[in-house]
Amino acid sequence: MKISEEEIRRVAELANLALTDNEVAQMARDLSGILTHVDKLNELDTAGVEPMAQVLVSTEEAADGIANLREDRERRPLRNHDALANAPLAGSGYFKVPKVIER
Amino acid sequence: MIGGHTIDSIRSGLLAKEFSAEELTREVLAFAEAENPKTNAYLTLAPERALAAARTVDAKIAAGIEPGLLAGVPIGVKDVIVTHGLRTTCGSRMLASYIPPYDATAVIRMEQAGGIILGKTNCDEFAMGSSNENSAFGPVRNPVALDRVPGGSSGGSAAVVAQGTATLSLGSDTGGSIRQPASFCGVVGVTPTYGRVSRYGLTAFASSLDHIGPFSRTVRDSARLLQVIAGRDEMDSTSASTPVPDYVAALDRNVRGKKIGLPKQYFEGLASEIGDLILGAVDVLQRLGCEVREVDLPHTPYAVACYYVIATAEASSNLARYDGVRYTARASSSATLAEMYRVTRAEGFGAECKRRIMLGTYVLSAGYYDAYYLKAQKVRALVARDYARAFEQVDAILGPVSPHPAFKLGQMVDDPVAMYLSDIYTITGDLAGVPCMSVPCGRTGEGLPVGLQIFTRHFNETEMFRIADTYERAAAS
Repeated sequence: MKISEEEIRRVAELANLALTDNEVAQMARDLSGILTHVDKLNELDTAGVEPMAQVLVSTEEAADGIANLREDRERRPLRNHDALANAPLAGSGYFKVPKVIER
Repeated sequence: MIGGHTIDSIRSGLLAKEFSAEELTREVLAFAEAENPKTNAYLTLAPERALAAARTVDAKIAAGIEPGLLAGVPIGVKDVIVTHGLRTTCGSRMLASYIPPYDATAVIRMEQAGGIILGKTNCDEFAMGSSNENSAFGPVRNPVALDRVPGGSSGGSAAVVAQGTATLSLGSDTGGSIRQPASFCGVVGVTPTYGRVSRYGLTAFASSLDHIGPFSRTVRDSARLLQVIAGRDEMDSTSASTPVPDYVAALDRNVRGKKIGLPKQYFEGLASEIGDLILGAVDVLQRLGCEVREVDLPHTPYAVACYYVIATAEASSNLARYDGVRYTARASSSATLAEMYRVTRAEGFGAECKRRIMLGTYVLSAGYYDAYYLKAQKVRALVARDYARAFEQVDAILGPVSPHPAFKLGQMVDDPVAMYLSDIYTITGDLAGVPCMSVPCGRTGEGLPVGLQIFTRHFNETEMFRIADTYERAAAS
């Protein structure tokens, strides 16, 4: 599977990743190489195979799917100050970002 | 001699008053301070936290209170596992100054058991890599051969144990990131059953594959550490409530009649030097009464392709949170919100992370989901079925961990596909979610360690440890 530079630019948009022209060219080569190997999966006939999204833990809980949830009770959340402590920019108890709406 | 300590030798030393936990901690911290520049295995040392924990242990002993299963034991924690108030970088520029506001459950459990967290260990960025060369803070050097990689992604965690700058460490394994560095550095490394250890506080890479697990110098110590960190945690809904047995009490060194399977796919084309060491270990177990037969894991050749679709898809989603809003790093200048996201991520992530985010985004994008992601999930089911069928015939599966021993720094960085393919023997275990581990089984002619891999059924770590411990004792005598 070959992937074009144009496609790389489209995927980079989806991934919110700014890439330089050099990175785009390198990424096209690397991803083409990896996807060529991934094409190997098409050798297998998977008709009728259920997709495996998660390792199934074969206990009774997994069967009803509910018992593994914790009890629904009030708990103390992270304090506002702690939640904001790692923000690059914060103020008045909020995360701050560049202006989104023009006046 | 710090490097010679085990959990038991520290405990008996403390209880016999040969040394205090504080004295031992000071000694190990000084040793780590002096030795670390050789390997770059620790990114951060935490003397205040370590000494406070040590004094708690000493106070308990003085008061005649049980000090805990890990009393006074120096532990390194991989820097993708969060520690309250202690910098956690994930090996990334993105989080170079991130100070977590809480502790991971595994960290809490170790400290409650008297464990001493000495510091945070280097790793590939967001645990993505097989050589530890993807760390934004420089590679780790293998303590056994300083011109070689320690393996990855938990390279620092393997190296601190091998170097003797910790007795135990925690790593994380998504495609082999505990077992492969354990193999390369000549220590024990364990990937427990998926769900056995809470991942609360483990920075998510690929959530359906991520595990936390122990490193140690002996099988017995890994068994003990797993016992401490395993078990249900209401903060992680994927953690299992299956009871945690006393793994150490079950180490009876009796493997008579155990059926061992050798997957033929794991030996085809394997370098003879590695193959001979693995078969030598199998021979030891056979002489102790194990029955050996061949088993078939026919979908092994598809595991790497399957893994790199599923793991990157999940990673692209998990790493979306690093956008310049909440986690320390933000683009130096950006006029709009959209540009801030894109430039923050361009500046914060290294090449391998970008590659995996791109691949994962691609396989999930409109028009490709069925062809790649859904297809890979179906192949994953086939890999898991291989194990289920093999375990109808045998109690354990043995094989190599890696097709080669530790390679030289820089040797494989330019070829991502070759690097990925070297994970062939470890990835299947993560895809199936079965417990697996690496135990040292000798050295190559060049003196490089080689690991024997042992897989058992879901939640049967007891059997895995019994076989590993029996082999370890027999090989040492």
